[in-house]
Amino acid sequence: MAKKSSPAPDLKTAYRKWKKDLYDPAREACSSAQDLTTVSGRRLKELYTPEDLEGWDFSKDLGFPGEPPYVRGVHPTMYHGRAWTMRQFSGFGTPEDTNRRFKYLLSHGQTGLSVAFHLPTLMGLDSDHPLARGEIGKCGVAVDSLRDMEVLFDGIPLDKITTSMTINAPAAVLWAMYIAVAEKQGVSPRVISGTIQNDILKEYIAQKTFIFPPPASMKLIVDTFEYGAREAPRWNTISISGYHIREAGATALQELAFTLRDGIEYVDWARERGLEVDEFAPRLSFFFNAHNDFFEEIAKYRAARKIWAEVMRDRFGARQPRSWWLRFHTQTSGVSLMAQQPVNNVVRVTLQALAAVLGGTQSLHTNSLDETYGLPSEEAVTIALRTQQIIAHESGVINSIDPLGGSYLVERLTCDLEGEAKAVIRKIDDMGGMVKAIELGYPQKEIADSAYWYQKAVERGEKVVVGVNAYTKEHEPIPLLLVDESAAQQQLSRLGEVRRSRNQARARAQLADLKKAAQDGLNVMPFLISCVKAYATLGEIMDTLKDVYGEYREPISY
Amino acid sequence: MTQKKIRVLIAKPGLDGHDRGAKVICRALRDAGMEVIYTGLRRTPEEIVSAAIQEDVDVIGLSILSGAHGVLFPRILELLKEQGAADIPVIAGGIIPEKDIPQMKKIGVKEIFPPGSSTQDIVRWIENIKSA
Repeated sequence: MAKKSSPAPDLKTAYRKWKKDLYDPAREACSSAQDLTTVSGRRLKELYTPEDLEGWDFSKDLGFPGEPPYVRGVHPTMYHGRAWTMRQFSGFGTPEDTNRRFKYLLSHGQTGLSVAFHLPTLMGLDSDHPLARGEIGKCGVAVDSLRDMEVLFDGIPLDKITTSMTINAPAAVLWAMYIAVAEKQGVSPRVISGTIQNDILKEYIAQKTFIFPPPASMKLIVDTFEYGAREAPRWNTISISGYHIREAGATALQELAFTLRDGIEYVDWARERGLEVDEFAPRLSFFFNAHNDFFEEIAKYRAARKIWAEVMRDRFGARQPRSWWLRFHTQTSGVSLMAQQPVNNVVRVTLQALAAVLGGTQSLHTNSLDETYGLPSEEAVTIALRTQQIIAHESGVINSIDPLGGSYLVERLTCDLEGEAKAVIRKIDDMGGMVKAIELGYPQKEIADSAYWYQKAVERGEKVVVGVNAYTKEHEPIPLLLVDESAAQQQLSRLGEVRRSRNQARARAQLADLKKAAQDGLNVMPFLISCVKAYATLGEIMDTLKDVYGEYREPISY
Repeated sequence: MTQKKIRVLIAKPGLDGHDRGAKVICRALRDAGMEVIYTGLRRTPEEIVSAAIQEDVDVIGLSILSGAHGVLFPRILELLKEQGAADIPVIAGGIIPEKDIPQMKKIGVKEIFPPGSSTQDIVRWIENIKSA
């Protein structure tokens, strides 16, 4: 006779019993019970069970990698086909200095380039502008003209390497220079592969390297989408970024929501120009932060892919699967690294990098331990690169795709972040879009509030920062990269030489053509390429555009 | 008789656009009952000194992370002297290498608050200097 099976235990009841009888008493007995909130202030449950996934559906909420909803990754093979690109953001001093660093990193296993420009270049100023005094080569490489770009990529085959350039207001100009350098190498724009950050919305919100007012900036960006779609199909014309939004103080939710809503804004403006979504969407890329809270970060990336695929297909009617893929680069959080006991930063970066990998990033930059002191020394950046290599080759986490899939916690968090982000996106829709929301100061205020909340939490000791408000001790000094004034001398000297030796009439004529094209509302890319080839400087080109577009002045708030 | 509020100018000299710290400080000082004037980004030494004098501030706080302090701070202090405002104490924070601190203090920066400084330390410093 068959034995009668006992009824399945009621999970809800069992959980309550466990909590009441075991967890709560044991927790109360602890003198120093941990607070269960993430770095973003999200309170987690002490334990997640199948109860937390009521209503969750495998095919709707998880699926397979390379297929909607893309929660598990945009490619079917993920890292089994190709590891994420190891792409360290680099640049300092003169183009020669940075060219040397590029070659060093490539010889040590880096698989893609990422260019950091100095502040004058980021702001569209030449090195001899009065505001550039003291700034030359300090925060990135000095690039004033095509000549600098040629030196920067000397000996680097642009048909064989992919390059990401962190440049925003002047992005189109730097891209024009890159195209010109490639052409000199015999490499056509159709072959070059890489990314320009070119995400002005997050500049107004967080990074602040804006120049022109929003409508002009958006126009320039759509010019790059159009040019890219027609002439440079392997190039990512934008890196829609959350990294800086997060660094400025945003929570994980704000980073996710504002970034995706920025993406929606770009698609809206491009479609308004008359571009078909499938023409340009496959070349939109993203850039997220890898901050401290391990599981929150992983859930964030998964939610991002899920939301974007739905937005592209349902909101915008994109038909090509490539248009649905959210491909992203990640950088570990700079602001989470500390000056006190800097070697601890290697540990922070490792955990953050691991979260990015478990979250399915396509490309990764790991910060160096000397982040709060200056630009990475050779020793420090080598450790940062090795961190990625050890994760890739020794940790085993890549052996199976999306290994955390099915975790009650990770799946619950993914769905929660998805729902909450969609609500914020709707809120910005109701305001009239992101440009409007920025005018109203909405994302800026949200970020300032979160930043202040976090600072107070640290000062109250609610958030422990090892080595800063706990476990303090004196540390050994570390070697630092110093950029001295000789870089400035060299740069100014070369800039003078470029201005003297070029064909003045030709440079002037190209700038005049650019001005007219900008005034007439034409796509400026071909004109920018002509200008850079005539060795018009970045400052001269940007001044020409400032005459047409004006300059943005940020309203003061905190 | 009501006590006059302490007036502080928080300034961002040079091209550096990192304003998270400066904004947090503005709020902390405001919450501590001070009157805060924030210059916004990318101000020249001339603009900063002019604002400090016009606003009749008690303290100037400079926030800089770009490494250009070696050029910008001396210029600011020089201008304050030229315009008869050298009595306004100047403090700074951001990314200022330890090796540069002695020189900055020598040229007249009264205190430098390195990464990890608490907003309460800064509030207390300003209150002390004002009551002195």
